[in-house]
Amino acid sequence: MAKELLKVTDLKQYFPIKGGMLGRTINHVKAVDGVSFTVHEGETVSIVGESGCGKSTTGRAILRLDEPTSGEVEFDGEDLLSLSKREMRKKRKDLQIIFQDPYASINPRQTVRQILEEALTIQNVVPKEERSKKIAELMDVVGLGAHQADRFPHEFSGGQRQRIGIARALSVDPKLIIADEAVSALDVSIQAQVINLLKKLQREFNLTYLFISHDLGVVRHISDRVIVMYLGKIVEIGDKTSIFENPQHPYTKALLSAIPVPDPEPEAKKERIILQGDVPSPIDPPSGCRFHTRCPFATEKCKLVEPTLRSEDYMKEGHSAACHYIEEIEAGTHTAKY
Amino acid sequence: MREEINTNEVEAKAAPNPTIVKWNDFWRKFLKNKSAVIGGIVILILILIAIIGPYFTPFDPNVQDHAIKLTGPSSEHWFGTDHHGRDIFSRIIHGMSITLYVGFFAVLIGMTCGVTLGVISGYYGGKIDTIIMRIMDIMLAFPGIILALAIVSVLGTDLNNVIIAVGIFSIPVFARIVRGSTLAVRKLEYIDAIRALGASDLRIIFKHILPNVLSPIIVQATLSIATSILSASGLSFLGMGAQPPTPEWGAMLSDGRNYMWDAPHVATIPGLAIVIVVLAFNIFGDGLRDAFDPKMKN
Repeated sequence: MAKELLKVTDLKQYFPIKGGMLGRTINHVKAVDGVSFTVHEGETVSIVGESGCGKSTTGRAILRLDEPTSGEVEFDGEDLLSLSKREMRKKRKDLQIIFQDPYASINPRQTVRQILEEALTIQNVVPKEERSKKIAELMDVVGLGAHQADRFPHEFSGGQRQRIGIARALSVDPKLIIADEAVSALDVSIQAQVINLLKKLQREFNLTYLFISHDLGVVRHISDRVIVMYLGKIVEIGDKTSIFENPQHPYTKALLSAIPVPDPEPEAKKERIILQGDVPSPIDPPSGCRFHTRCPFATEKCKLVEPTLRSEDYMKEGHSAACHYIEEIEAGTHTAKY
Repeated sequence: MREEINTNEVEAKAAPNPTIVKWNDFWRKFLKNKSAVIGGIVILILILIAIIGPYFTPFDPNVQDHAIKLTGPSSEHWFGTDHHGRDIFSRIIHGMSITLYVGFFAVLIGMTCGVTLGVISGYYGGKIDTIIMRIMDIMLAFPGIILALAIVSVLGTDLNNVIIAVGIFSIPVFARIVRGSTLAVRKLEYIDAIRALGASDLRIIFKHILPNVLSPIIVQATLSIATSILSASGLSFLGMGAQPPTPEWGAMLSDGRNYMWDAPHVATIPGLAIVIVVLAFNIFGDGLRDAFDPKMKN
């Protein structure tokens, strides 16, 4: 097995809510609440979940774009959270991010050349004389012509802009790229192009992706392993086929049942699990299992005891889910209330 | 015969630079605003007078001639003479550079400190932000002229101290405006992207934040020049600023006060001069603000 590149242990990101006369912290939004996982070199791990479940926050916390509240982020054997600001700036060369909105994530006042040149200057990747050669190479790699380097972002389409964002991330020769909803804002046809580009780049440069998305179709296409998050916690983690074909957690089942099947007959027969209510507030998450307020299988135990991630014998290696009743649900002895 | 046209290159050449587009747009809107254009022209004329005027004045501004004291405007002395028989026209012309000098430098001090504090406050947030902004609130709570009086009494009566005092009390206005704009710009995704590349805070602030908050700063600077000139004249009027025989307008106004009944021109003419300068900067600033404001598209 490939070596561990990223190891996240008990990562917590609480955002304080200020209030009252003196602006004291009155409560916290527990955006990410004790998340642990590992990413191996060269693989693509996806984080999926509803909006507000903390998937983007996890990505930002790993990069220290927001300083996490607690936990450990070990990258290539080094604890990122213990690095000083200056050391972290150097280290950022190895971890890059691609953002969701290709219109907001590049400075409209800079040309593509300036954008890439700045990236190269900051990390001093190549000597000054070779920069323009490197820029041409980068543009070529992401499928833009080198002759387009002196254009401004507004002269490109959404898909092309996202390629610029990818070129910028690639410019510093990173090891890990966090793609935060990198294709969600693009048209479906462009999505496919960009995903194929990402896959091609992964092969060429031996990149590791942490792919954050709410789009299960895309996730199924690109991932090796999948992490399912709900309200700041991981509810299920496992390799792609295992998660998609044999989901264990009731939440994952509900999530996957929402994927439409292109064939009308099985689509009609398919059992859709429609969850009741909304995602509870992360300010004051439910006790016990966070999903119990919406779970069709919930019992008294779920309200009181918080389940931990665990595996059963029949599950594939590395696949685990945080639910008290995985065996019973699998065996059919514990049935849904509605 | 068909000529092969490389469309890509044609496009690349025709591509407008967004900064230039923005400036063209700015000019178009600014030129539409008649009063602002007049304000701008008046300011240019005033600056010109301040620079070359002193070489062409008919009299020495400080030469006294008690035989002709307090005479009204005449063909020889256009604005009349004051209580020492000095030519008021010459004194006004010589005072112009002092007035503009006070205005520009006071704003320079206020702007430099205010922008720095505002950017730090908005960019870093948290405790630093709270501390800086509460200090600014305290400064804002004082009436400007009282604060300036206090500063001048500590530093001593001198025109340069007036500039410092007036500059200090314009700091909070700049700090607030810049903090607000910085907060908005800092939230943009491309700032995160640059940060993720490992850019230093200085690079982010100077290359990516300041250019984006420049327009409110320019507008505020223009408007602040007007208030600074007014405050500085006020301080001189109270005897805290320029000392005699400097032809400072506020001081001239103060001198004229004693002869209000017999020779009203001694006080009114410097007063009018102050009004013209302040008004010119004010309407120019208002015009700039309208031209910079993207919501005022027409």
